[in-house]
Amino acid sequence: MNRIEGRDKVTGRARYAYEYPADGVAYAYAVQSGVARGRIASVDALGVLAMPGVLAVLSCAEPPALSADASPELALFQTRDVAYRGQIVAGIVAETLEAARAAERELRISYEAEPHDVRLRPDHPGLYAPDKVNPNFPTDTEKGDVNAGLAAAAVSIDATYATPTQHNNPMEPHAAMAVWDAGGALTVYDSTQGASADRDMIAAALGLAPERVRVVSPHVGGGFGSKGTTRPHAILAALAARAAGRPVKVALTRQQMFDVTGYRTPTIQRLRLGADPEGRLTALVHDVIEQSSTLVEFAEQTATPSRVMYAAPALRTTHRLVRLDVPTPSWMRAPGECPGMFALESAMDELAIAAGLDPVELRVRNEPDTEPESGLPFSSRNLVGCLREGARRFGWDHRDPRPGLRQEGRWLIGTGMAASTYPARRRPSQATAATADGGFVVRIAAADIGTGARTALTRIAAQALDTSADRVRVELGDSALPTASLAGGSMGTSSWGSAVVKACEAMLKDGHSGRADTTEDVKGDTGFARHAFGAQFAEVWVDPATGEVRVPRLLGVFAVGRVIDETLARSQLIGGMTMGLGMALMEETEMDEEAGGFLNRDLAQYHVAACADVQDIDAMWIDEEDGHLNPMGAKGIGEIGIVGTAAAVANAVYHATGRRIRDLPITPAKILD
Amino acid sequence: MGDVTVRVNGTPHSLDVDSRMSLLDLLRERLGLTGTKKGCDHGQCGACTVLIDGRRAVSCLALAVAQDGADVTTVEGLAADGALHPLQAAFIERDAFQCGYCTPGQLCSAAGMLGEAGPSVVTEDLTADPPLSAAEIRERMSGNLCRCGAYVNIVAAIGDVAAAGGAADMATAVTGTAR
Ligand code: FES
Ligand code: FES
Repeated sequence: MNRIEGRDKVTGRARYAYEYPADGVAYAYAVQSGVARGRIASVDALGVLAMPGVLAVLSCAEPPALSADASPELALFQTRDVAYRGQIVAGIVAETLEAARAAERELRISYEAEPHDVRLRPDHPGLYAPDKVNPNFPTDTEKGDVNAGLAAAAVSIDATYATPTQHNNPMEPHAAMAVWDAGGALTVYDSTQGASADRDMIAAALGLAPERVRVVSPHVGGGFGSKGTTRPHAILAALAARAAGRPVKVALTRQQMFDVTGYRTPTIQRLRLGADPEGRLTALVHDVIEQSSTLVEFAEQTATPSRVMYAAPALRTTHRLVRLDVPTPSWMRAPGECPGMFALESAMDELAIAAGLDPVELRVRNEPDTEPESGLPFSSRNLVGCLREGARRFGWDHRDPRPGLRQEGRWLIGTGMAASTYPARRRPSQATAATADGGFVVRIAAADIGTGARTALTRIAAQALDTSADRVRVELGDSALPTASLAGGSMGTSSWGSAVVKACEAMLKDGHSGRADTTEDVKGDTGFARHAFGAQFAEVWVDPATGEVRVPRLLGVFAVGRVIDETLARSQLIGGMTMGLGMALMEETEMDEEAGGFLNRDLAQYHVAACADVQDIDAMWIDEEDGHLNPMGAKGIGEIGIVGTAAAVANAVYHATGRRIRDLPITPAKILD
Repeated sequence: MGDVTVRVNGTPHSLDVDSRMSLLDLLRERLGLTGTKKGCDHGQCGACTVLIDGRRAVSCLALAVAQDGADVTTVEGLAADGALHPLQAAFIERDAFQCGYCTPGQLCSAAGMLGEAGPSVVTEDLTADPPLSAAEIRERMSGNLCRCGAYVNIVAAIGDVAAAGGAADMATAVTGTAR
């Protein structure tokens, strides 16, 4: 079975948020702050309102009614304070997009600017320990005596790694169309990773009861976390539609997305590893520094993989945050694990070299019996299986560990590897199943952001109903359907699938229809450490004259429970690895310290992997049975693919050149430096 | 404002368009042809790729008023009603998309690319028309970003169509130009 919506997507029929027809639709354009910190002194909209086609101007000059409960990023035009450059400070509503954009250039906003502070640095006086890290992990953990463990080590590593600001950049810009009906109920066609949560956040911001808001979102052009929380464009659309008395569409520009849709915080990570002469860890310390905005505390859980990966008798992890005059960071594919594992897996490579051990063997020697930090048993853990299978398929065994030895023409050649991990969790969801037209219909407010959720849930339902997939129709992407959790945290399929199976079982019992709510089931997900694992192997070619790095081969082997759809799974894993390749070599958002905002806010300057950057990327998995997860026995696969890719590439660059690059991305300048 | 007449997927349209409007917005907002996507509006992503007079072009950088007399093919017009263009079928078979937002641009770009003659920067022998190897496809398709990371499957899908032979014929059928 191919993707169910495949035909709609290749023929252009699949509609995304901005593409719904509506009579009398008007267009809103977001106006952004021109200073990084300060106050809006005045907004002069008179001239703009006289321009042809302009219908309304929204700003703090006349704050539109919003709930006091609106989250600070969604409380549009409620304050004169500016928290970061690029914050939305006004909205222009016009008959056409062209008219709205022309008006934006004429809108006069004057600011009382204040000095800003936008640079993350390890000695920042504002660093503090947040109460918890995303979503709900302890900020710091400590087990055993790390000082003694480090002192007793025969081999040790003490190194600092840095990852830059990165932007999700889904191909579909965040967009919404808002339509109010005569009774004051609101429909929002939004690009969101979860219609139910989006509905609730929009309703809370506007002070409406959730049942007065409907979010429709059957097709979403990628999100990678940036559409996991409601973004201000949706609120702007609703306010603009209210002001204009007409349906209003808003799409953020690519540039605006950099400022108001979240990003991966830059991190500075110090790793201290100690090991005995056989390479067994005596201590592991992972200290993280990262940033958030002054508006919202978002503390990425960067050190959490170090709580999971290796058997260190002494283990300490810490997170420190500083609040800067910057946009608010948020989720980007595998928050926590992705940057954290770059540091940990680079450090493990350095430790292997220092100990004279093969890096695969080093990891095998540090395989824990239970989850190192918590002491919980693993529901399943097949990291060693992935390492062995990956090494075999990649041809790792004949590797000469000495760096800088292999040359072909102008290229230095090297290989490297790293491990991957990501939690396997689920969240409460509801679903219904019913007989319909000689088949079955399953309803759940799940989201298909490109994962293939529609197809995966169809398979899951067909199996639960013991029928063929073509007799099952899955409806999703609409908050009017039974409430469901987000497409995020690699929890979509596990969460929704659990509800779908349960609803199908209820239907089979009833004969006609069934309804399920997994709230109680999910409460029982205790007692085990549940994680997916993997191993990634990279071959790189480095031109020492130009600094160019090519990656002709990337292989990932994963242990992700039962794979529900092999085609979709491979696409997800390869997609994650492809984004990981971009992270390794090119992705970086620069902060303009003088002006106090992001500098390279478009796709010509923020480079993501293009077709020619990707050569042979392959992903596979080993058989894994796990009865402690969910009825499908499946672990999430949306994020683990990006975890470890950058470290595997960096480790291969070291092997090729003898140069250890500890701050991403690995640009030609750093190779030549 | 200005009057233009454009043929889109074979149908002529005469419109009075805002002189600031792009062809992309004309297609999406005036003609309701939303298959063509806006990813950046700056010619940097390829999501808006269409065929203008048989050549692939980013429609966000084409002013609508400048298209008078142009013959435009969008993803909706790649194949006749109900049928699939071989590229569309190959994209489905190879799972060459995830979110699908870059897909119409990839398809139009590939359709145009199959009809393009001559070497590229990765071609070894600059005197001959190169066979469409994976390396050539990757190079020639690099104007179309895919953030979902479906490149491996996109290249395989285009390779299938090219290998099925008649790539140039198919491109001709779509674009009206000969290789
Ligand atoms: S929208 Fe035209 S190239 Fe991106
Ligand atoms: S399929 Fe999502 S961007 Fe290409």
